[in-house]
Amino acid sequence: MNADIRPVLKLRDDTVGALAAMRGVFGRDLKVAFRQRQDLLNPLLFFVMVVTLFPLGVSPEVSFLREAGAGILWVAALLSVLLSLDHLFRHDFDDGTLEQLVLQPQPLFLLVLAKTMAHWVLTGLPLVILTPVLGVMVHLDGNSIGVLCLTLLIGTPVLSLIGSIGAALTLGLRSAGVLLSLLIIPLYIPVLIFGTGTVAAAAEGAQVGAYVALMGAFLVLALTLAPFASAAALRISLSNG
Amino acid sequence: MWQFFHKLGSPKWFFGIATRLMPWLLAGGLLLLMAGIVWGLAFAPKDYLQGNSYRIIFIHVPTAFIAQSIYIMMAVAAVVTLVWRMKLADVFVKAVAPVGLVLTFLALFTGAVWGKPTWGTWWIWDARLTSMLILLFLYGGVIALDRAINDEKSAARSVAVLVLVGVVNIPIIKYSVEWWNTLHQPATFKLTEKPSMPADMWVPLLLSVLGLYLLFGWLACLRMQTEILFREQRTRWVKDYVMAGRG
Repeated sequence: MNADIRPVLKLRDDTVGALAAMRGVFGRDLKVAFRQRQDLLNPLLFFVMVVTLFPLGVSPEVSFLREAGAGILWVAALLSVLLSLDHLFRHDFDDGTLEQLVLQPQPLFLLVLAKTMAHWVLTGLPLVILTPVLGVMVHLDGNSIGVLCLTLLIGTPVLSLIGSIGAALTLGLRSAGVLLSLLIIPLYIPVLIFGTGTVAAAAEGAQVGAYVALMGAFLVLALTLAPFASAAALRISLSNG
Repeated sequence: MWQFFHKLGSPKWFFGIATRLMPWLLAGGLLLLMAGIVWGLAFAPKDYLQGNSYRIIFIHVPTAFIAQSIYIMMAVAAVVTLVWRMKLADVFVKAVAPVGLVLTFLALFTGAVWGKPTWGTWWIWDARLTSMLILLFLYGGVIALDRAINDEKSAARSVAVLVLVGVVNIPIIKYSVEWWNTLHQPATFKLTEKPSMPADMWVPLLLSVLGLYLLFGWLACLRMQTEILFREQRTRWVKDYVMAGRG
C-alpha cells in the first residue's frame, strides 16, 4: 500500500500516555479502513451469502429454518470474522507500521487491544446490525432475533480477540489463511456453543440472564488475556519475518 | 537438585540419559502393557451388561488418558520454553505432538469400535467424544503451526504460545461441550462404564495405563533423540556418534 494514503503514527513521543496511544491507534485504524472500503464490505457480503447457502443447500422449509436459523447465523458470523482477521495485522506488517507499533514505549498489549477493538467495530458490529434482516429471512421470531443480536454483540468481540491471537501467530506465513482457521476454530467452539445455546433457551421461553452472563464472562476473559497472548505472538512473528 | 535441571538443558546430556533409560522404558512398558492387555482381553470376567465387547476398554482408556495427559505435559513444556528458554522443552513439544495426535485418533477409533455393538452407532455427539475430537483439532493445529514456520527458535515460541492458549481453553471447551450436550440431547444412551469396577477389571486397566505411559516415555525419548541429532548435526559429538554407529 502507498505510504502517502496511510497516515503516519505520531506516537514516538513517550509523554503520550497509554490511553492516548490507544485512542490514536484506534482512530488510525478506522481512518485507514474507511479509505479502503472494500475490506469492510467483503465480510458482510460473505455473511449474507453463507446464510443464503443453507436454505438453498438444505431446506427452505420454515420449520427447519426456524429451528436452525440461529445456528446458521452464528456459524456464518463466525466464518465472516475468521475471513476478516487476515487484514487485522497484515497491511501494517507489509508496510512496516507494525514494527513501529511494537517499538512504541506504550505497552504493546494495549495497542493490540485498541487494534482489535477497531477491527471489531469494522467487522463484528456491522454483522450485528445486519442480523435482524437476515433473521427475518430465516423466519426467526422477534424475541429470538433480539436475543441473537445480543449474543452476537457480546460474542463477536470475543471472536475478534481470540482471532487476533491466531492472526498474530500466523503473520507472514505461507497459507496463513487456512492455518489461521485450523488454529482458531477449536477455540471458537465454546463461544459458538453458548451463543447458540442462549438463543435456543430463549426460544423455549427460559430466562436468558445466566447464559448472557456466561457470554459476558467469556468477553471479560478474552479482553483481559487475549491481548497479552497476541502481543507475545506479534513479537515472535516479527522476530521471525 | 537444581543442577539436574541445568543439565537437562544440554541436548548432549539428555541424549546420553535417554539412551540409558530407553531399554528399561521399553521393557517395562511392553511387560506391563502385555500383562494388562492379555489379562483384560482373555482372563478378566465378562461384564454383566455388555458381555465381552467391553474388553476394548483396555485399549481405549489408556490411549484416551495418555492423549489428554500429553497435552498437559506439552503445556508445562511450553511454559518452560517461554520462561526459561530451554531448548529441550521445545524439542519435547515437537516430538510429542504427533504422538498425542495419533493416540487421540486411536482413542476415538477404538471408542467408535466399542460404540457400535454397545450403543448401536459408530459416532455420537456426546460430551466426551466431542471434547476428544476438539483435542484432535488442537493437536493438529500445533503440528500445522510448527511445520509452517521455518525458523526453529520462532517456531518453538509460537508453538508454545499456541499450546498455552489451547490449555487455557481445554477446561472451557470441556465445560461448554458438557453443557451443550445436556441442553441439546436427552441421554438416550448411558455410558456403561461402571464406576466401581471389581479388582479383576481395574487392575489390568491400571497395568495397561502404566504400560502405555512407559511406552510413551520410550517413544518420546526416541523421537527427541532423533530431533536432537538433526538439530545438533554440526556439533562434534553428533558427528562422532553417527560415525561410530557406522563403524
